[in-house]
Amino acid sequence: MKHIISPTDLTLDELDELLRLSEDIYKDPKKYSDACYRKRLATLFYEPSTRTRLSFEAAMLNLGGSVIGFSSADSSSAAKGESIADTIRVVSSYADICAIRHPKEGAPLVASLHSSIPVINAGDGGHNHPTQTFTDLFTIKQLKGRFEGLTVGFCGDLKFGRTVHSLISALSRYSNIRFILISPDELKVPAYIKDEILDANNIPYEEVRSLEKAIPYLDILYMTRVQKERFFNEEDYIRLKDTYILDSNKMALAKEDMLVLHPLPRVNEIAVEVDNDPRAVYFKQAQFGVYLRMALIIMLLRD
Amino acid sequence: MLNIDVIKRGIVIDHIKVGGAMKIYNYLNLEHLDCSVAIIKNARSNKMGRKDIIKIEGMLDEIDLDILGAIDPNITINIIENGEIIEKKNPRLPEYVENILKCKNPRCITSVEHGIPHSFKLTDKKNGIYRCIYCEQAFDGVPSVVSGTVNKL
Repeated sequence: MKHIISPTDLTLDELDELLRLSEDIYKDPKKYSDACYRKRLATLFYEPSTRTRLSFEAAMLNLGGSVIGFSSADSSSAAKGESIADTIRVVSSYADICAIRHPKEGAPLVASLHSSIPVINAGDGGHNHPTQTFTDLFTIKQLKGRFEGLTVGFCGDLKFGRTVHSLISALSRYSNIRFILISPDELKVPAYIKDEILDANNIPYEEVRSLEKAIPYLDILYMTRVQKERFFNEEDYIRLKDTYILDSNKMALAKEDMLVLHPLPRVNEIAVEVDNDPRAVYFKQAQFGVYLRMALIIMLLRD
Repeated sequence: MLNIDVIKRGIVIDHIKVGGAMKIYNYLNLEHLDCSVAIIKNARSNKMGRKDIIKIEGMLDEIDLDILGAIDPNITINIIENGEIIEKKNPRLPEYVENILKCKNPRCITSVEHGIPHSFKLTDKKNGIYRCIYCEQAFDGVPSVVSGTVNKL
């Protein structure tokens, strides 16, 4: 039995298999409509997340399975003080697989240590969000056809943005990748990501402040939202939230085949006018997320 | 200059990061041992500027000194026999420690669920860096020892 707590819990071979299966599902979803018949997914969401929860639920329903769960800590036994270990032991007898989101970092790992069913981390605070990373990889693979040789720009909150850290880590396993890290000084990528991932693997990267200057060089632009819930100090959040806004003028500076990805939800860091640009693929990315989660559920229930 | 008697037989734990001596004292449970202990805090050091030192006189066979590497990888352990240093060693860095270091990340699950053991993994042997297995935050600063058992993998 395998758990998915971090994006690196899959080897490159397993990841390739996941992406191949996702592609197969994308091409012919009906073929998989009974793949999880009589199987049940538990969604244990201790913090609100419409998108990820619905994506998991849609994935399981598309596979012919069923879904149980809760969508906030208030409506779960956590409000009565039950530990994660106890909750997962009980849920293990109700469901075949579970997806857990928790505001505290490491909560899904704790769950996996006490679970008798596969646990998928659906986001733990500012830490990991592996299915988002796999979705990002699937989107790049589908739309670019490769990972090797790409120049990938990350823009916005690179300090607290877990999707950024995870995707940097995942892409660093491929050759000839180059990163341009675009952020204000206060929201730079943490030192340990630079030391232990980028420098350790001799991956070229630049840290810059100007999106306009960086955008012409990019094959992928990964935009992020400055997330209010990651700040302890509201003043800092207000000061930094509108640092970067991608609009048509900036898009005019980009390559014709550059792709704009965003983990969503978008607030105002991408102007609505960009949505109609064929290079803006963030809604496609959300759609790919369902196929990817379908593939992951199949793989974990098969093992 | 402060003078502490030379010990005949025992251990001197030297080069402790300033402020760490009492944590090590508590971790080693030295108050419960039938031996003399001297704690020197804020001593001058050519190498470190300031340091703490612990001198322990007596038998220490039952103490796992290797585990001190997780608390402070830079310390030196001097084994004393007949008033002379017969062995000088740096502690081994255990691969995994449980309930020795305490995760200080307020976003970590261990900050709210108190029954979870504080577990750290050695992720960088060269620099002696330990990371919490849950949130992966590196342990940093003066040791904050959790009371509990020691487990090694």
